[in-house]
Amino acid sequence: MMFDTILIANRGEIACRIIRTARRMGIRSIAVFSEADRSAAHVTLADAAVAIGPAAARESYLDGARIIAAAREAGAQAIHPGYGFLSENAAFAEACTAAGLIFIGPPAAAIRAMGSKSAAKSLMERAGVPLVPGYHGTDQAPDHLAAQAAAIGYPVLIKASAGGGGKGMRIVTAPADFAAALDLAKGEARAAFGDDQVLIEKYLTRPRHIEIQVFADTHGNVVSLFERDCSIQRRHQKIIEEAPAPLISEDQRFTMGEAACAAARAIDYVGAGTVEFIAEGGDFHFMEMNTRLQVEHPVTELITGLDLVEWQFRVAAGEALPLTQNEIERTGHAIEIRLYAEDPLRDFAPSTGTIHHLRLPEPSAHIRIDAGVRQGDAVSIHYDPMIAKLIAWDHDRAGAIRHLARALATLEIDGVRTNLPLLRRIIGHPEFAAADLDTGFIARHEPVLLAPAAPASPAVLAAAAHRWLHDLPSHAAPSDPHSPWTLKSAWRLNGPACQDVTFDDGTAQFPIRIHPEPAGRLTMDHAGTSTTAAIAVLPDDRLTVTIGHVTTTLTALHDPDRARQDRIVIFADGAPHALRIVDPFAGSGTAHTAGGRVITPMPGRVIAVGVVPGDMVAAGDLLVTVEAMKVQFRITAPRAGVVTTLSCAVGDLVDDGAELAVIEAAPDPIPA
Amino acid sequence: MGGFGGGNNAATPGMSGFRSALDHRGAAFAHNHRAMRALVDQLAADVATIRLGGGEAARARHVARGKLPVRDRIRLLIDPASPFLELSQFAGHGLYPEPVPAGGIITGIGRVAGRECVIVANDATVKGGTYFPITVKKHLRAQAIAAQNRLPCLYLVDSGGANLPNQDDVFPDREHFGRIFYNQATMSAAGIPQIAVVMGSCTAGGAYVPAMADESIIVRDQGTIFLAGPPLVKAATGEIVTAEDLGGADVHTRLSGVADHYAESDAHALGIARRIVASLNLAKPPASAPRTPRPPPGAPDDLYGVIPADPRAQYDVREVIRLIVDDGSFDEFKQRYGTTLVTAFAHIWGYPVGIIANNGVLFSEAALKGAHFIELCAQRGIPLVFLQNITGFMVGRKYEAGGIAKDGAKLVTAVATANVPKFTIIIGGSFGAGNYGMCGRAYDPRFLWMWPNARISVMGGAQAAAVLAQVRRDNIEAKGGTWSEADEADFKAPIAAQYETQGHPYYASARLWDDGVIDPADTRMVLGLGLSVSRNAPVPPTQFGLFRM
Repeated sequence: MMFDTILIANRGEIACRIIRTARRMGIRSIAVFSEADRSAAHVTLADAAVAIGPAAARESYLDGARIIAAAREAGAQAIHPGYGFLSENAAFAEACTAAGLIFIGPPAAAIRAMGSKSAAKSLMERAGVPLVPGYHGTDQAPDHLAAQAAAIGYPVLIKASAGGGGKGMRIVTAPADFAAALDLAKGEARAAFGDDQVLIEKYLTRPRHIEIQVFADTHGNVVSLFERDCSIQRRHQKIIEEAPAPLISEDQRFTMGEAACAAARAIDYVGAGTVEFIAEGGDFHFMEMNTRLQVEHPVTELITGLDLVEWQFRVAAGEALPLTQNEIERTGHAIEIRLYAEDPLRDFAPSTGTIHHLRLPEPSAHIRIDAGVRQGDAVSIHYDPMIAKLIAWDHDRAGAIRHLARALATLEIDGVRTNLPLLRRIIGHPEFAAADLDTGFIARHEPVLLAPAAPASPAVLAAAAHRWLHDLPSHAAPSDPHSPWTLKSAWRLNGPACQDVTFDDGTAQFPIRIHPEPAGRLTMDHAGTSTTAAIAVLPDDRLTVTIGHVTTTLTALHDPDRARQDRIVIFADGAPHALRIVDPFAGSGTAHTAGGRVITPMPGRVIAVGVVPGDMVAAGDLLVTVEAMKVQFRITAPRAGVVTTLSCAVGDLVDDGAELAVIEAAPDPIPA
Repeated sequence: MGGFGGGNNAATPGMSGFRSALDHRGAAFAHNHRAMRALVDQLAADVATIRLGGGEAARARHVARGKLPVRDRIRLLIDPASPFLELSQFAGHGLYPEPVPAGGIITGIGRVAGRECVIVANDATVKGGTYFPITVKKHLRAQAIAAQNRLPCLYLVDSGGANLPNQDDVFPDREHFGRIFYNQATMSAAGIPQIAVVMGSCTAGGAYVPAMADESIIVRDQGTIFLAGPPLVKAATGEIVTAEDLGGADVHTRLSGVADHYAESDAHALGIARRIVASLNLAKPPASAPRTPRPPPGAPDDLYGVIPADPRAQYDVREVIRLIVDDGSFDEFKQRYGTTLVTAFAHIWGYPVGIIANNGVLFSEAALKGAHFIELCAQRGIPLVFLQNITGFMVGRKYEAGGIAKDGAKLVTAVATANVPKFTIIIGGSFGAGNYGMCGRAYDPRFLWMWPNARISVMGGAQAAAVLAQVRRDNIEAKGGTWSEADEADFKAPIAAQYETQGHPYYASARLWDDGVIDPADTRMVLGLGLSVSRNAPVPPTQFGLFRM
């Protein structure tokens, strides 16, 4: 019988996505949340929510006992683990069962069977599923492993047997590098998984990542819901996925589907699972099976019209699969992008912070958005930095790309760095359009994909200037609220109005002289050219800028981070421009050093001298100690530099204001 | 705006029932518009020249020393994109053998950290920022405005002190250099903050500007303060010392205490000045709440089409008022009496005002009406706006016998003693005692502005020539001589020419008989800024002088 209450042991977009299906099916959803997620989107969306501990995942979303207690307390009959966290934890699945709860996922045994990659491959080999040539044995002696690598033939890949997500993974192109790479891989594996067993595989030079979505029920039915191509990856992390995989034959599709179903059957699989293959040319090899719902499942949903979470519920409730293999059809093409809070220019380091501004595209028949964060939410260090998924569908791949490109052009985010510019460039890349895909795509096109953003256009600068002017404080006195002194038109008697501002986009400065004109017009002098723009303000921080005959619609925000107010952020057809307003009054901070002369503030006796002429000193270094009125004064260097003159010696009596030393700015930075 | 022809919204109809007769499509409008446009264009061009200060070479030298041009300093000092009401732009125009643009000093009112302040800034590109007589007068005028309206003063000092060749007209008199420091002391005593930013020389008497200031800032490597500069020191005592060691920023902020804040650059100094003003702990005093302003029913430059190109042509001054005041706010007082003077309550930028505007020669009734209206405004605390276009009081036996002199005196008494803020715009002629009755310079209006078509003199040029010619003819004919028409014309021409030159607004403005020549289209803005500024000072009650009955 279908459950009336489920608990979702997850957070973010997947928790929200599961809640939506539950709601559609009339099932009550219970969310769980850590202290960091007290007001998160999934908590608000759920019918009820239970606090399960501190921010650290280990003490909350990974604490199976607390989650099971929460489920029992809330009256849930089943737990959906989402992906990540406890979704592939066999012990948790068993604990659910022991607590009388249904784990919405495969049996613990199936999870275990696929949990060790080496063991899984042996199992698949026996079931006739093709494997990448490799060594998956337990003999981990370095010499033995090196010999196996030589037998497989270079290049080879060393992977942690227990791993995933790229940790403990090393590509070795030549035998000479093997030993060192093995050490690193084992070290990472030990650190990440507590197990340093590795396997070695043939490394394919232009492999594609193609996976098959399978579904099995408790009645012995196993079906394939077709494949997904997840070749666009950065650091072994998928960021763009699509279905169907372009440019593969129906034969190959069928063969892969059969192989995947065979893999599922081999482990008595139940529920949603994904069999991942690595493919090159017409060949494909089993990599691993993910015994859970995948992040990228929406592309399968969009081409099949099915709701995989609904299927999970039905299977978990003991129902048979709603459709047989023959009844499952696919239509059109779907592509998903994953928006991550990360900095592609800093080796994809996660970026944390508050999402001050978030404008997602409008959902439509062609665009689906699975998001778990809202404007104002924080991206913390505790969890996965994925912000949202955008999935586009159309009758063919070119159409899906077109829709996705437009959707990405309207997506606006500020507060954290994201991979959005990278995603836009991939989607717009001709080789992506030509489906020339492999897992090396990003690395191969990196110079183009990670090139610096185009500098701010005149329309962007005009929008920024307008917004800046508009938001200047009017300083209206309470007793004189409408004073013409509050106008921001830079009015001058018998003279042209003008106001200077300098923006800094992090790479370059843009000094601009603005001449405000009536009716939303302004003329702007920049880099020797004068541009007149007509600006019309629209709702929601949007405005149009007309320069000549061209009208552009942009979003202009005055520092979405209200606490700072020193930036204008413009979104122009997808490209964000964060323009810091340069403070015209900023001093260099050396105002109080009065040149390089160091003087004594008190008359007294010099009792210690810590430097000699020619010494390099840093700001704050002790130079001289002067004793006066039984108090010792420490005279320190006001700035970094070279001691060019020492004007006192131990024992000297110095007068109030006497020069003790002179420090000149160092010609070069002081060596570390 | 029922009363006004241009009305198009739901404003309460005025009491005056005035309907604009302005015909935008008419030939007269176009003709007038062209004529005034030409004057305004010339004004803008002349001011643009003045704005260049001491010229390109001097400016380049100034900037090369790391100093900001004076107008850039002001722009940085005031709140971004806020208005700057510059004063006395034409000071010194044609006054000396050599050009002294703007009198070598820029003064005006600008907002700093939300406070209206008077800014007095030397332009070192003009004769080293030295004080010509007109420089002193302009500096003092700015201080007078500060004192009258209780505005903090910011002095951006960059001056070599008194202009030595002109010392006799700069140094000794009551309204000469010394008055600057007197004003600083007395304003400080009155609680009006005095802030100096030393951005260049501050020599001799000039040293007292920062020294007399409540708080002062000095710019490293630029600002110097000393009673005697290195050449004078060397001459006097033989001591050889650099300007920086004698009176630079380090000396004065560390040793002498003459300055309080050490700034790294002009911009840094101006930032410090802004922070000082922000922390003055001053607020505009409470006052009756202004209304929400409503723009007038026409475009500001419709005024160009209103004013006849021929100064002798009569027109209805209500057309001018209509284009200056808030739409729907015009309520005429005593409309049917003394009709050559229009008196009306109205609002400008939401501020209540009493408007007194000439609509012909002043007769006794008009003068009495004006005095009555001023009494009303003083009683109610309503500022007065005078729109001057006056040839004078009516002359002739009938009018003298009717006591026009004592009625004119009543108006002058009322104008002189009413304590409400007064604002004067000379929109046409300003001749004779009409100037006095209509709050000319001598009557201390808060601000006095002239339109470029205006003329100011004791009487009109033609009138003066005619009067002098009549006297001469009487003289000649009394001696039995004759005077031909041609001789008379030759006699009159230079007189008329002299009056035309001396009556011109630039001539007046060069001598600071006014606060500046303005584009008529800016009248409402200039009045609005002034009205707002005037609200910084409380209005004392009025005690009128004796009215001769």
